[in-house]
Amino acid sequence: MDVFNPAFWTFVAIMAGIYVVLALGLYVQFSLAGLPNFGHVAFMAVAAYTMAILVVRAAMPLPVAAIFGLVAAVALGCLLGIPSVRLRADYLAIASVAAGEMVRYLATNLSWLTGGPLGSVGLLGPARFVSYNAGWQDLLDRLSRALSSVLGSAATPDRAMLLVVWSLAGALLWVFRRLERSPWGRVLRAIREDETAATAVGKHVAAFKLQALLLGAALGGLAGLLLAWQIGVFSPNDFEPTLTFYAYLILIFGGMNRLWAIPVGAAVFSLLYTGTQFLTFFPLSLVDSGSRAFLRLFSVGFLLVLFMMIRPQGLLGNRRELLLEK
Amino acid sequence: MTQFAELVVTGLVTGAVLALAGVGASLVFGIQRIPNFAHGEYLTFAAYLAFLLNVPFGQNLVAATAGAIAGTALLAIGIHFVVLRPLRGRGLVAMSLVTAGLALMLRDVVFLVAGTQVRQYAIDQTKVFALGFLRISPGEAVAIPIATVVLPAVALLLARTPMGKSMRAVADNRDLAAISGIDVERVGVHVWLLAGALAGLGGVMLAVVEGTFDPNLGFQVLFLIFTTVVLGGIGNAYGALVAGLVLGVAMDLATWNGFFGGLDAQYKPVLAFCVLIVLLLVRPQGLFGRATVL
Repeated sequence: MDVFNPAFWTFVAIMAGIYVVLALGLYVQFSLAGLPNFGHVAFMAVAAYTMAILVVRAAMPLPVAAIFGLVAAVALGCLLGIPSVRLRADYLAIASVAAGEMVRYLATNLSWLTGGPLGSVGLLGPARFVSYNAGWQDLLDRLSRALSSVLGSAATPDRAMLLVVWSLAGALLWVFRRLERSPWGRVLRAIREDETAATAVGKHVAAFKLQALLLGAALGGLAGLLLAWQIGVFSPNDFEPTLTFYAYLILIFGGMNRLWAIPVGAAVFSLLYTGTQFLTFFPLSLVDSGSRAFLRLFSVGFLLVLFMMIRPQGLLGNRRELLLEK
Repeated sequence: MTQFAELVVTGLVTGAVLALAGVGASLVFGIQRIPNFAHGEYLTFAAYLAFLLNVPFGQNLVAATAGAIAGTALLAIGIHFVVLRPLRGRGLVAMSLVTAGLALMLRDVVFLVAGTQVRQYAIDQTKVFALGFLRISPGEAVAIPIATVVLPAVALLLARTPMGKSMRAVADNRDLAAISGIDVERVGVHVWLLAGALAGLGGVMLAVVEGTFDPNLGFQVLFLIFTTVVLGGIGNAYGALVAGLVLGVAMDLATWNGFFGGLDAQYKPVLAFCVLIVLLLVRPQGLFGRATVL
């Protein structure tokens, strides 16, 4: 694939939109409420699997299955959050790491339910390939036909997906912008800065934290659903624990506390990530694609450490409102 | 009955690995206030260092293990001085992110250098030792004597030596230890040396017990290490020693036929996860901790 292929840019943009939703979930949990969640990918995986299993095995219509997917993600949030929000932040970090591993482990090993290592193509056993995605493709087809009266031949299902993802991301960004400025958002920030003070003015700290965690879980689940629909088939390996850290990198790009920096960070990250995956011009052609995956992950870790060391406020952040000093 | 005894032995071996890694992680947590999400990668690093000495360089496994222990202790110290010490005082959340970033770096360096293929040490994995009515794999036959010597030695080190005492003192109450004249800075360096060395030994043992391993070796047990740390009470070294053994034995005994027909072996990690969640719910201070504000 080369840089002048429009399909490449559409793909980059769709993934960027999905990353916005993913990072927004972490933003609510981590940047607003100060909850370190290192297993965000678990919410994605649980939602995607629930949706796919219900569509394929129970023949449920896609929208209903999608809602159940989100419910499952929120339920996992409850399982994690109820024991740990009362405790110090590091307990949630530990529990969420464990949950991320556990969900992937179960997805790989409960093959009678999840299709095992094969993933969604093996849902009904290795002999019967069934797609969970038909309803979604149908929707995109209808949408692109409707759009073709406006856009003409430029309307393709891919671009319909782009429109859907970014409308969703934009709407969510707007909603959370409002939420952040609302009394609810201010309480969360107060809790992040000083829990004792927030308790002293009569705020139920654990309840607010749990609300933030569950909202983030629902957003994570939504990102998981979008990713599943975008890639068409998925396996446990599509929900590697490292996905969580992509989201952190996107957040830290904007200094962890700039909502409007999320789409910028997501776009840059998606371009770098997808670019190093599919493009093959000179400096990239030196490294084969297998090693590139590891180099990319290495760079994610390196950038995280580097930002934390020399520029904890991120590229666009404000040093005065810095939640990482605590 | 034989199955029961064999499961206890396997469980104790797994438990010894968790105890070794857990003691280090718990002390680091208590003394440096760092939840070290790179601890699993220290185990991986050690396993590969031992592999390098054992297979390409043809050293025997004892020498290779010694090399791995020294190398991992150096790695831990190096990371302490280059990355973690300059960031001191940044708080738990920031330190979690930094160590998680370090974990990504270490794991992917191992992937890049060693490749994705599965490795094993130059020992005969097919041999079976008979010990009375027990049948023991070569990995376990190596791991059991090591564990029976090292775990009491670690306990003794913590209980009797000045270094061990000051470590526990700093983990318990940093300010009180500092005004009693303990050099907190030096204890901080020592604890990384100890944690690195124990992780080194644990990593090689884990690789030997698993038989074959790939660069995800340590990351896969990271959450078990953390469960050990929480089970023993964060910062409590003896707690982690006991908790590792308890967790290891409990996971293997759950598969025993006499236990409601036995849990399928693939659910062992799930059991550990349930232990963690229940623990956070009812006893977050760990088995032996005091109920203070967490």
